[in-house]
Amino acid sequence: MIEIENVTRIYNEGRPNEVRALNEVSLTIPDHAVTVLKGPSGSGKTTLLSLIGCLARPTSGRILLDGEIISALPEHFMAKMRRERFGFVFQRFHLIRGLSVLDNVMIPAYPAAPDYRELRERAMGALKRLKLEHRAQMKVELLSGGETQRVAIARALINDPDWILADEPTANLDSALVEQLLDEIRMLKRAGKSLVITTHDPRIIDSDVVDVVAEMADGKIVSVTEVGK
Amino acid sequence: MFHWLARQRYLMDYTLAAMWRRKWRNLILLAVFTLVVFMLASVSFFGSAVRFEAAHALRFAPEVMVQNLVLGRHAMAPADWVEKLKGIRGTRHVRGRLWGYFYDAANGANYTIMVPDGTDPSLKVAPGEVIVGAGVADVREVRKLRHLLLLRPDGKLFKWRIRRILSDDSALLTHDLVLLAEADFRAFFQLPKDFGFTDIAMEVRNPREVLTIAAKISRRLPNARVITREDILRTYENVFSWREGVLQALLLASLAAFAIFAFDKASGLSAEERREIGILKALGWDTSDILAMKLWEGALLALFAFLLGAVAAYAHVFFFHAGVLEPVLKGWAVLYPRAPLTPHIDRLQLFTLAVLTVVPYVAATLVPVWKAAITDPEIVMR
Repeated sequence: MIEIENVTRIYNEGRPNEVRALNEVSLTIPDHAVTVLKGPSGSGKTTLLSLIGCLARPTSGRILLDGEIISALPEHFMAKMRRERFGFVFQRFHLIRGLSVLDNVMIPAYPAAPDYRELRERAMGALKRLKLEHRAQMKVELLSGGETQRVAIARALINDPDWILADEPTANLDSALVEQLLDEIRMLKRAGKSLVITTHDPRIIDSDVVDVVAEMADGKIVSVTEVGK
Repeated sequence: MFHWLARQRYLMDYTLAAMWRRKWRNLILLAVFTLVVFMLASVSFFGSAVRFEAAHALRFAPEVMVQNLVLGRHAMAPADWVEKLKGIRGTRHVRGRLWGYFYDAANGANYTIMVPDGTDPSLKVAPGEVIVGAGVADVREVRKLRHLLLLRPDGKLFKWRIRRILSDDSALLTHDLVLLAEADFRAFFQLPKDFGFTDIAMEVRNPREVLTIAAKISRRLPNARVITREDILRTYENVFSWREGVLQALLLASLAAFAIFAFDKASGLSAEERREIGILKALGWDTSDILAMKLWEGALLALFAFLLGAVAAYAHVFFFHAGVLEPVLKGWAVLYPRAPLTPHIDRLQLFTLAVLTVVPYVAATLVPVWKAAITDPEIVMR
């Protein structure tokens, strides 16, 4: 479970271009569920996802993962947390061009330096689950949009994290690919993963996979709905 | 330890792939760096080889040489000087030497014509015979004919049978050498028997008394110039060290310029590189991982450039006669026939060169690398 307590995030603090992206946000995100952070652009949902995923620290307030404060960890432990507990699917997928699909999937595991054969098997297993094993040696820039998205998901799974964080995953997808993404979210949920997704796409928000919808506006949580209750 | 090595292997794998993806930029850096190392290494190898060659050859030179000066210029030493010098306590093997230069106009080559002093039996020559240096043999193409013909300026032709061609060992001093018998020497240079010697060579019983003996000679023969073996060696050292030093100072300035260039390149990370670092950090790479990756990148490039530059310099100096630097390093003392240098590099020299080239490059890129490594991973979310 992730607990967000009175979190504020201010960019360029004290400067003329100061922006208060989050303002005293509190929220509890349950395990083994799909939580959607919903809201218009500029509402603070991507900033909140960054703080949850240890990509940045809050200006004030704290974030706890399974009862442990993760928002004030030293950089080295923040990196370890990102590597071991979270898997990221970015809005633009952010695969590294010039490398193969397999290399891209394995990259998050490099600092842990596992046995190469074991790592390769793990990566091939993730690609197989996403029906991409035949593309393993292909350069990522040659993939279609749907394949790129599935490689990003495979990469998020390589270190077997409990949490998958996805930022606007449907922003660059057509309807068919959104359906495919929903299938993949179902698969992850069945595998016992906890998902936090930022989106304002009704095709995700209104789908049957979502368990909690937290609506944001102007850097605040305005409502939390547990779907089906 | 094993984990550390495995991690470095992964980081190096990634680094090599990243370098390959930016191959043109890295190739330009590599080419410029290799050129700087090549120039520095060529100067260093050349200077060291010349000094080694001189020291090696001078081991067999006489300890003290005495020359006659007339109007401050080197002139023939009177024959009775030999007896006068023998009278000085502490000297031994005092002998008059005959040597001179001959310009071979047909081949544009200078030869040193000399009468061997008889101390080395392998260099003894009978009248009608000569021993020649390898350079002379090459210029005159006499390896098969086994005869040396020299035309004196007055048109008289001299012909000798070649008894032996000297090997390339100590080539610096023997390459342009022609050894012949005293009678042949005097006949060729039209030198009367009582005309004395070019100079007088001698040994000293106690090597620690060389300077004392030199002072005694100066007192007994005020017109004489006394040269010790140490003086010659020091002159070689000074001439080549000075030239090498000037060139190295210039080249170190170019290395500094290259370091600034490398700093500039490393500082100017493209948006794509910055984004890539942000992605890696977002995916769980630590600042130390990025730092290690970037240091590997710098070290691999610097080491590869060092190896390429050093190997190219070795070939340049020892196989291609240091053609690029020869006029500067040898200056007026250009030897002809051209003397090949014996390959000689010591480990300290290589280590110094590596420190002088690899360390400044890695140091110059350290600050920009650190700046890159602390890229905020949140960049990927914006």
